[in-house]
Amino acid sequence: MTRDHAALVLERAVFARATWSMTIDLTVRTGDWMALIGPSGAGKSTLMDMVAGFLPIESGSVRMAGRDVTNAAPWERPLSIMFQDNNLFPHLSVFQNVALGIAPNRSVRKDERALIEGGLEAVGLAAMGARKPHELSGGERQRAALARAFLRRKPLLLLDEPFASLGPALRREMLETLNALREKFIAVPLTILMVTHHPGDAADFAGAVAFLDEGLVAHVGTAREMLGPDAPARVRRYLGSAANAKRQAPPAGSS
Amino acid sequence: MGPDRTIRLFIAVGAALALTGFLAGGFLILLAGTGADLPVRSIVGDAYLRSVVLFTLEQAALSTALSVLLAIPLACALHRARFIGRTAILRMFLLPQALPTLVGALAIVSVWGRNGVLSDASAAIGLPRFSIYGLPGILIAHVFFNLPLAARLMIAALDEVPKESWKLAGQLAFSPWTNFRLVEWPAIRRVVPAAASLVFMLCATSFTIVLILGGGPGATTLEVAIYQTLRYDFEPGRAVALSFVQIALTALILMLANRLGGSDQGAFGLGGKAVRFDRSNGLRRTADGLVIGLGLAFVLSPFVAIVLAGITADLGTLLTEPAVVDALVTSLWVAVTSGALALLVSALVLLGVEALASAERRAVIGTAVPRRTLEIAASLVLVVPPVVVGAGWFLGLRQVTNVFAAAPAIVVLTNMAMAVPFAVRILGPSLASAHLRGEKLADSLGMKGLRRFRLIDWPALWRPAGLAFALAAAISLGDLGAIALFGNREFTTLPYLLYQRMGSYRTDDAAGLALILGAVCLALIWIAERSGARKADLT
Amino acid sequence: MGTFKHSPIIAGAAGLAALLGAPAMAQDGDRPVLTVYTYESFVPEWGPGPKIEAAFEAVCACDLQFEGLADGVAILNRLKLEGASSPADLVIGLTTDLVPEAKATGLFADSGTDLSNLSLPVDYADPVFVPFDYSYLAVMVDTEEAGDWPKSLDALVTGDSEQKIALQDPRTSTPGLGFLLWMKAVYGDEAKARWEELSDRILTVTPGWSEAYGLFTSGEVPLVMSYSTSPAYHIIEDDTRRYQAAAFSDGQYLQIEVAGMVKSTDTPELARSFLAFILTHEFQSIIPTGNWAYPVIDGIDLPEAFEALIPVENPIYIDPETVAENRQAWTQEWLEALGR
Repeated sequence: MTRDHAALVLERAVFARATWSMTIDLTVRTGDWMALIGPSGAGKSTLMDMVAGFLPIESGSVRMAGRDVTNAAPWERPLSIMFQDNNLFPHLSVFQNVALGIAPNRSVRKDERALIEGGLEAVGLAAMGARKPHELSGGERQRAALARAFLRRKPLLLLDEPFASLGPALRREMLETLNALREKFIAVPLTILMVTHHPGDAADFAGAVAFLDEGLVAHVGTAREMLGPDAPARVRRYLGSAANAKRQAPPAGSS
Repeated sequence: MGPDRTIRLFIAVGAALALTGFLAGGFLILLAGTGADLPVRSIVGDAYLRSVVLFTLEQAALSTALSVLLAIPLACALHRARFIGRTAILRMFLLPQALPTLVGALAIVSVWGRNGVLSDASAAIGLPRFSIYGLPGILIAHVFFNLPLAARLMIAALDEVPKESWKLAGQLAFSPWTNFRLVEWPAIRRVVPAAASLVFMLCATSFTIVLILGGGPGATTLEVAIYQTLRYDFEPGRAVALSFVQIALTALILMLANRLGGSDQGAFGLGGKAVRFDRSNGLRRTADGLVIGLGLAFVLSPFVAIVLAGITADLGTLLTEPAVVDALVTSLWVAVTSGALALLVSALVLLGVEALASAERRAVIGTAVPRRTLEIAASLVLVVPPVVVGAGWFLGLRQVTNVFAAAPAIVVLTNMAMAVPFAVRILGPSLASAHLRGEKLADSLGMKGLRRFRLIDWPALWRPAGLAFALAAAISLGDLGAIALFGNREFTTLPYLLYQRMGSYRTDDAAGLALILGAVCLALIWIAERSGARKADLT
Repeated sequence: MGTFKHSPIIAGAAGLAALLGAPAMAQDGDRPVLTVYTYESFVPEWGPGPKIEAAFEAVCACDLQFEGLADGVAILNRLKLEGASSPADLVIGLTTDLVPEAKATGLFADSGTDLSNLSLPVDYADPVFVPFDYSYLAVMVDTEEAGDWPKSLDALVTGDSEQKIALQDPRTSTPGLGFLLWMKAVYGDEAKARWEELSDRILTVTPGWSEAYGLFTSGEVPLVMSYSTSPAYHIIEDDTRRYQAAAFSDGQYLQIEVAGMVKSTDTPELARSFLAFILTHEFQSIIPTGNWAYPVIDGIDLPEAFEALIPVENPIYIDPETVAENRQAWTQEWLEALGR
């Protein structure tokens, strides 16, 4: 697969603030699930904002599926994003929140209703469409957001630690739901870029791992290379011995 | 409730009682000192008073509705738009509160009046001249004084919107209307009751504006009737009774508003933190530009009039006149002292409010009534006629001391009381969120007493203190209510001097003094908000 | 607690300290102090107060102190609040309309002043209050805004309602009450109907003289209720004849200002000597350009500008007793005519 057909290519993309700057070179192949790991303050969320179009880059380029989106506004980019928090508008029902994925600026048509209800069912919220976000648990709220992201049918999904505040079991469950939805819902392959602090999640679900440190993509590789015993020294130092000891052979999570 | 919270509650109730005691004391001394009765029966049956009450409520309700409704598009546009001078404009939005109403009213006349700029323009293209006297004039003036206030409350509320919401709005390609419906309006709606009740209180007690722009005695508010009753008919009992009517009516309306709306008290943040991703296009930008342009033209044009009138005065001579320098110095220390006292009293009351809120959260008490009572009491200060309080204290103090020696104290205290409702609104939200965040930690660490205050409360109060102080000091700087009763040769403030010059044909001097007063106010607001903003960045 | 070092609380404490130490009235050695309540515009350096103070102190061996209050009504109310223990020895600046009310308080003593050289447009013989100046109410005209203006009260009432006038509220101001009385004196029982007729011409009714006059000088309104002596100020101080008083063929309402001695004064002799001083040449010559009013004795040289003032041949005046009896009813009538 050439870079032109990659889902996402950042080329010498520079973001600069007074005291620090980032220069990113990164390619995510179509259909890949890439985990973004690295120490706090390495710029993981900033990178997500650059990809989503929330932060303008100073120089370099951002391309998605062969299209140059360097100067595209957030709404013009073929992607969906999930945050750790506040993914739902508190005064809208779950159904209305999910419907924003299809028809943000008008009321939904009948055929779209069925689609939304299907989406809710797929994430296990079939009976909760009428509830308000504050009546849901944290996990249920993120499920609703997940349903909306899928209904948007965008080829790229950015996950900015959306499951970080959930318990370990629930987090794994969410990732499994996501994995199942990927296969079930999308005709075209879905590419995922996921910020995570849990190497185990990266190992179990992501095919590729990028290690971000000090504003640079320091290493990119398969999960096996990056998280196994032969991982680069910097990554090993970041992961620490405890994380390494638990590491089992990761399954291939990518296509 | 732990001993610590009990102590805080006692201090707060003490502060609230001191505040209400100061106000109620004025009433009581006036009644006792003059041996007057409360002529309740004659008031209830008075048809003239009924029409006064109706007019008071009508103009206040209309003024409030207009101020708040028009503030919504302006707040939205100002929050969306990023341009040089935005922060400066938001700071200037506090200035109308500091303008003596007489100066403001005359400035409005020079823009909107029969011979105002707009009338001249209208006449130049063959249209009739404006006639604003009557309800339209009152409404224009009230919107001028209060729309900026409401807009700042709303902008602060928009700043509280989580950053993810703005990102989602951009990601999901919200149209402007969807953005308003789903993001902006829900945030604004939270402060509408607070904004509306604040504006309502300010308009219901309007006096000078109503008389100058009202066009005739048909436009008489209760505050005018109270003033007239006490100053010209000298019937203290009736004045006190009318004051009760005013306070009770306003309390009733506030409670209704509180019931209808949310519990948010509203805040006056300066904005600038939110990052938005609106779909902008030419039409949108034009519309925003238009709204902001019209809004600013409306709010700033009277100030331009004040500046233009002021610079024709001989400012150099004025500023070297001993009387002016004296008044300036007096104004400054009165403003600084009453601003500081307002901060102190507000902080104490708020500590009690938070102690009660905490008790509600931990289900120690099952009712919000005590907390609401404390909050409403702190607000109602705005509708207590200073002329009655002042007369009462005058009567009381002169039994024990030289009234003129005590005059500064009364003026400072009255100005302090007037500023408390504003300061409470500015300091409250910050303290509340600090308590929500830090309460459990502080409890678990067993933090108590002063240590707890220093680590939890003090930083939260300190951050918005600059703004609260600025507004309180500005209100005191522009006050002509208390000083009108107590001002004397030894104790003269700038507005008092200004009024004196106007009363002696010296309109040029008055215009110059108005400009000086405005500049001093702006400088105060600037310094205070700057220091506040810097501290906010550091935390 | 280092954090408190720069706190506003300390600033507040400093302010409080300043407040507690606020300067007491200046005491001039052992000379007896004579405290006089007056209205604000009497006191400033350009008002008559300082000159009168200097002139009287040169002869009395006392310390004369003026205390400026909002207006005549405020002076009276201050006395009512203070009762017999008032620090005031004298008041100066009530209008005659307030005299019955003032006497009813029982707080004033007979003046003992010889009123024989008094020269007022009407007869005056009150034992308690001594007139110190008088003036006529008049409609002031901005001649740049109004080419033609009413020449009589009738013309004002029935004239072009597009030529607006700013009036003062009789409930809250002296000229406001004066004009109410003027209308009553001329029209009697018809006054209410005439007020209704006039109402279209009224731009607005302000709480006091200052607000209405401010509207007038800022060009908002071409006519304002003021005093026939107002043009003198503009001629002498502003060097302009733009503002003229309208001479009404049927006369102008007369307003006499008086001074009186408070019964509880501890220096009755000194107070009496001040009342007598009022009718001297020295005091009266300060009045024209100090208070912009007419002196109450003959033989005072008026400045040139006063020659340009409208002559008043027919002073209109309602005696204070009648005013006191009817003020409430007449105000009510006015309210009904102009209210909604």
